[in-house]
Amino acid sequence: MYKKNNTLLLYSIIYFAFLYIPVMLLPIFSFNDAIHMVFPLKGFTFKWYDQMIHSSRLHKALMNSIKVGLVASVFSTFIALLAAKAFTRYKVRFHQLSYGAILLPFVIPEIIIAVALIVIWTGMGFQLGLVPVTISHILFCTPFCLLILISRMEGFDKNLEEAAMDLGENAWGTFWRVTFPLVLPAVIASLLLSFVISFDEFILAFFLSSSDQTLPMYMWGQMRFPKKLPHVLALGAVIIVVTSLLVIISYWLRNLGNPSGKKSKIGGI
Amino acid sequence: MINTWRKLFSKHESIRAYTLLSPALILVILAMASPLLLMVLTSFHTQVSMMEIDSTLTLDRYADFFSRPVYSTLLFRSIKISFLVTLVTLLTTYPLAYYIAFYVKKNKMLWIVLMTLPFWTSYLLRVFSWRVILGHKGVINSALMFSGAIDEPLSFLIYSQTAVVLTLAHAWAAFAILPLYVSLDKIDKSLLEASYDLGCSKFQTFWRVTFPLSLPGVIGAILIIFIPTVGDYVTPQLVGGTDGRMLSNMIQSLFGRANNFPLGAASAVLMLLSVSFVALVVTYITKKVSLRMS
Repeated sequence: MYKKNNTLLLYSIIYFAFLYIPVMLLPIFSFNDAIHMVFPLKGFTFKWYDQMIHSSRLHKALMNSIKVGLVASVFSTFIALLAAKAFTRYKVRFHQLSYGAILLPFVIPEIIIAVALIVIWTGMGFQLGLVPVTISHILFCTPFCLLILISRMEGFDKNLEEAAMDLGENAWGTFWRVTFPLVLPAVIASLLLSFVISFDEFILAFFLSSSDQTLPMYMWGQMRFPKKLPHVLALGAVIIVVTSLLVIISYWLRNLGNPSGKKSKIGGI
Repeated sequence: MINTWRKLFSKHESIRAYTLLSPALILVILAMASPLLLMVLTSFHTQVSMMEIDSTLTLDRYADFFSRPVYSTLLFRSIKISFLVTLVTLLTTYPLAYYIAFYVKKNKMLWIVLMTLPFWTSYLLRVFSWRVILGHKGVINSALMFSGAIDEPLSFLIYSQTAVVLTLAHAWAAFAILPLYVSLDKIDKSLLEASYDLGCSKFQTFWRVTFPLSLPGVIGAILIIFIPTVGDYVTPQLVGGTDGRMLSNMIQSLFGRANNFPLGAASAVLMLLSVSFVALVVTYITKKVSLRMS
C-alpha cells in the first residue's frame, strides 16, 4: 500500500543484524585456533570439531536427546492431530476452555511446570530421569503441533471429506485416505519442529533428568570450563546448522501444496 | 455394551469430539494440572529434614517468603525485568512488523521466516553467545581494546539487569514479531485510505487507525513474552550476576542444594499468581485504552 520508506528499511536491516550476529559468532569462533573467544581471530582450525567427535560423554548425551526428541515428537504430533481434527471438524462444547487448557503449557513459565513435575514424580516415589523429561516435552510440544495442524486443517476444502463420506467411506477410511494425505506435510512439519523444540529444551531436562544428561545439559556443564569451551562452540555450530535446516524444511513443507492456495496463516509458528 | 457405545458415538457429535480430544486433555490433566495442584498443596507443608516433609497444613512458608526480604526483592525484580523485556521487545519489533506488513511486497514469507529462524536455534546457545559478547574478556571488550578505544575492559557490560533485559529481548523477539505482523497484516487497507481522504496526516492515521487495530497483536505479544520470562532461569544465571539474579534461580536452589521443597513450591505459587495478576491488569488496561482510542 505504501511505496517506500528508507528509514524503516534501514532500521529493519540493523535489527536483522542484531538478531543474527550473536548467533553467527559461535560458528565463527568454532574455527578459531584459540581457547578464548576474543578478537583478533588467530588461525583457522578443525581441531575443536575433532575434539567434539571424540567425546564419549557427548555421544551419550546426544543419544539421550535423540531418544527423548523422537518419542516426544511422535506422541505430541499424534495427540495434537486428533485434537486438531476435533477442533476443526466438530462442534466442541466448551471449545474455548479445552483449547485454552491444551495451549496453556506454552505460556506457563517452564520452571513452574518443571518444579510441579518434580514434586509429583518424587512424591510418587519414582526416580527422576529421561521418562519425566519426555513426558514434560510432550506436554510442552503439543501446543506447537496443535497450532501447526489446525492451520492446515482449516486450510483445505471440507467438501473433499464430505465427498468421501457420500461415496461410502466410513469416518476412519475418510480420515486415513483423504484427510491424512492432505495434512501430511503439516504432520511432517509438526514432527520436525517438535523434535527441534525437544532437542533444544534445557530447563525441563535440567530439573527432571538427574544424572541422564541431554545435549543442552552437557553443553551447560561444559560451559563453565574455559578449556572445554571451544568444543562446545563446535557442537553449537553443528546444532545451529542442523536445526536451521530442519526448520527451513518444515516451513517449506507447510506451504507445500497448500490446497487453498493461501500462505500459512500464522507465519512462523 | 460396545453397541450402545457405538450408537452414542455416532449420534452425538460432542462424544466424538471429546474422544478425539481425550489424549490431549488427559495429558494436560495428568502432566500439568495435577502436578500444579500437588505443588500448591506442598507449599502448605514443612520440610523437617533432608528426606522428611511434615504434611500438616500451615501458612508458614508464605510467612517465610514475605519475612525474608530477599524473596520479595527477587520476585519484584523478576517482574520488573520481564516488564522491561516486554516493553523493549515491543518497541523494537513493532517498526519491523510494520515495515513487513505495509512496505514489503514480494517475499513477505521469506522476511518472516528469516526473522523467526534464530528463535528455533538453541535458546541456551543464544544466551551463551551474549555472555561471550558482553563478558570481561568478551567480544566487545576485546575488539575495543584491540582497536585502542579503551585500555581497561568495560565491566558494566555483563552481570547486570541491563544485560539480562538485552539478552531476553533478543531471545524473545520472534514471539513479538509474529503476533504484531499478523494483526498489522490483517488491517483493511481501505480504512487507511479513508483516513487519508478525510484529511488525517500519516501520524494521525497511525495513532487513530493502525495502532488501535493492531492492539490484539500487542496484547498477544505482551502475554506470550511477559509470562514465560518472569520464570527465566538461564539468562540471569549466565549474564545476570548477583545484580541480575531472579526468583527462578532461588527456586532452583530450593529444589536443589537448599532442599526445601515446600518453600520452593510456595515461591513458585507466588510467581504464578503475581504473573497472572499482572497479565490480567495489562490486558485490561490495553483493552480500555483501545476502547478510548477507537
